[in-house]
Amino acid sequence: MKNKSPLLFVIFALISLLLGIVFGLLSSVQYIIPEFLKETLPFSKLRPFHVTSVVSWIVLSATGSIYFYLIHIEKLNFFSKKLIKTHFFIFLCTGIAIYASLLLGKMEGREYLAYTPILTIPILIGWLLFGVNYFKTLKNQVSNWPVYYWMWGTGITFMIYHLSEANLWLFPYFKNHIVRDVTVQWKSYGSFVGSWNMLVYGIAIYLMSKIKNDNSVARGKTVFFFYFLGLANLMFGWAHHTYLIPMQPWIRYVAYAISMTEWIILLNIIYGWKKSLTKENRENYCMAYRFLMTSDFWIFLNLILALLFSIPAINFFTHGTHITVAHSMGTTIGINTTILLASVFFIVSKIKPSFNINQFAIKKGHLLFRVSLFLFWCSLLIAGIKKSHWMYFSENILFSEMQDSLYAVYISIFVFGFGLAISIVMISFPLLKTLIKVLKS
Amino acid sequence: MSSKRQKKVLIISVLITLLCVYNILVYTSNNCEKPVKLSLEALHGQKLWQNNNCWSCHQIYGLGGYLGPDLTNVHSSPNKGANYIKAFLNSGIKSMPKFNFSEEEKNAIVAYLKHIDSTGYYPNYDADFSFTGWVNLKTKK
Repeated sequence: MKNKSPLLFVIFALISLLLGIVFGLLSSVQYIIPEFLKETLPFSKLRPFHVTSVVSWIVLSATGSIYFYLIHIEKLNFFSKKLIKTHFFIFLCTGIAIYASLLLGKMEGREYLAYTPILTIPILIGWLLFGVNYFKTLKNQVSNWPVYYWMWGTGITFMIYHLSEANLWLFPYFKNHIVRDVTVQWKSYGSFVGSWNMLVYGIAIYLMSKIKNDNSVARGKTVFFFYFLGLANLMFGWAHHTYLIPMQPWIRYVAYAISMTEWIILLNIIYGWKKSLTKENRENYCMAYRFLMTSDFWIFLNLILALLFSIPAINFFTHGTHITVAHSMGTTIGINTTILLASVFFIVSKIKPSFNINQFAIKKGHLLFRVSLFLFWCSLLIAGIKKSHWMYFSENILFSEMQDSLYAVYISIFVFGFGLAISIVMISFPLLKTLIKVLKS
Repeated sequence: MSSKRQKKVLIISVLITLLCVYNILVYTSNNCEKPVKLSLEALHGQKLWQNNNCWSCHQIYGLGGYLGPDLTNVHSSPNKGANYIKAFLNSGIKSMPKFNFSEEEKNAIVAYLKHIDSTGYYPNYDADFSFTGWVNLKTKK
């Protein structure tokens, strides 16, 4: 194997995932034992560590997967192989700098991007290099792009724009006006997630077409109609995050009309693909197929939840509660992570065909993953319903009393979160070991 | 360029044009708040809020972490207010770390929270619900 740079992205992605679950677990302990690590690693530090790690998992694994497909499956001559390496080292060094920034308490940023804002510059440069390399490579070598090439191109371009937009608060025009500031902050976050979804859903469609050995999954009017609908969602569908902020009602009207159709998009595509898949195709890429089916189930669950709280009258009661967390966990773990793990399995099956996907740890890990995630998600929903009831239907009960009444629910969140962590370790470790072996060989 | 590709590029161009117009409107619209800029003291409070990751546990308009309470209207809530906020800042109750804010810093955080409080309500108990599923929020404008 000549060019191993894509594997470096995937290896560090899996390491980020493992770090992310450790920080996530430690954070959940603080809900049940408030004094736990309070002086050394308080929740205010643990949460940025957790968020940074899991976002890194999504971004690095998506990037590594795209590079791998283009180089090793599509056999395209990359515009510049040096740029891939430069991209990796920029991300690696920035990642280390971000962890250092968080560890030293130099957190001058905001929720989700807590690190010192200067570090956004190398991240943007990394995305820019990725974009230049991607478009220059495809420009003369591929005509009649299938939809996943459009999706990846869109994801990279909009990632650059919305990451920059997330830092507009540095300008006094935004920073000095609370409502404008919060509105733009959450607008950028919504579209930022939409951008990585373009990368991840593009990967899902790519995998489907490769597993089925039929590229028609990624072509045709329907699939492009859904792509454009997804793009419109990315651009205008963010405002369900901010229904309750006193911003202009027209922004909310637009969001209400457009919000959350993207789940229907992917569900439709996967449903059509599953129907026409032969048994032989499924067996060839058994584990990648199983993880894509898991994401199918989570799309269905999140579709129901998302459609419900895109209705302002329901959003009114769910906003600011753990129901929002259930939704974000359902999407980042249930959908994004399962698609990306499917991609890692696909990559491993290509670089090491003898890799045993039926080994005990992976099979049981997949089962534990599905069960734990579902129960974890249900626990978050229960916590959210109870908090909403406290906010709107109870009187004279202090916040601390409400939190104490949720003790049993928080324990269940920790227990199922622990199960989820174990399952991810069981699945990731064999993959990581194989990838490192191939990298060293 | 093939006609199929041209069509796709055209759709993307239309969407990007719409996005540009939309962004300009969002960035420049006057919201339903009292259009008052943050004072220098409140800006200092905002910086402290960010540098100490208060958003990790607390929410403003329901956005933030859920370990601590929402603080949108803490300044004007009955039995709460400036002294209540100050008392919590350096006490380190439950999972909240013990901060060592000076009196000046405490005042800055209070000024920031007071400003936020002046922009609207959360939870918005007096909102009106429409049969279409729409919610009209009560504003402070």
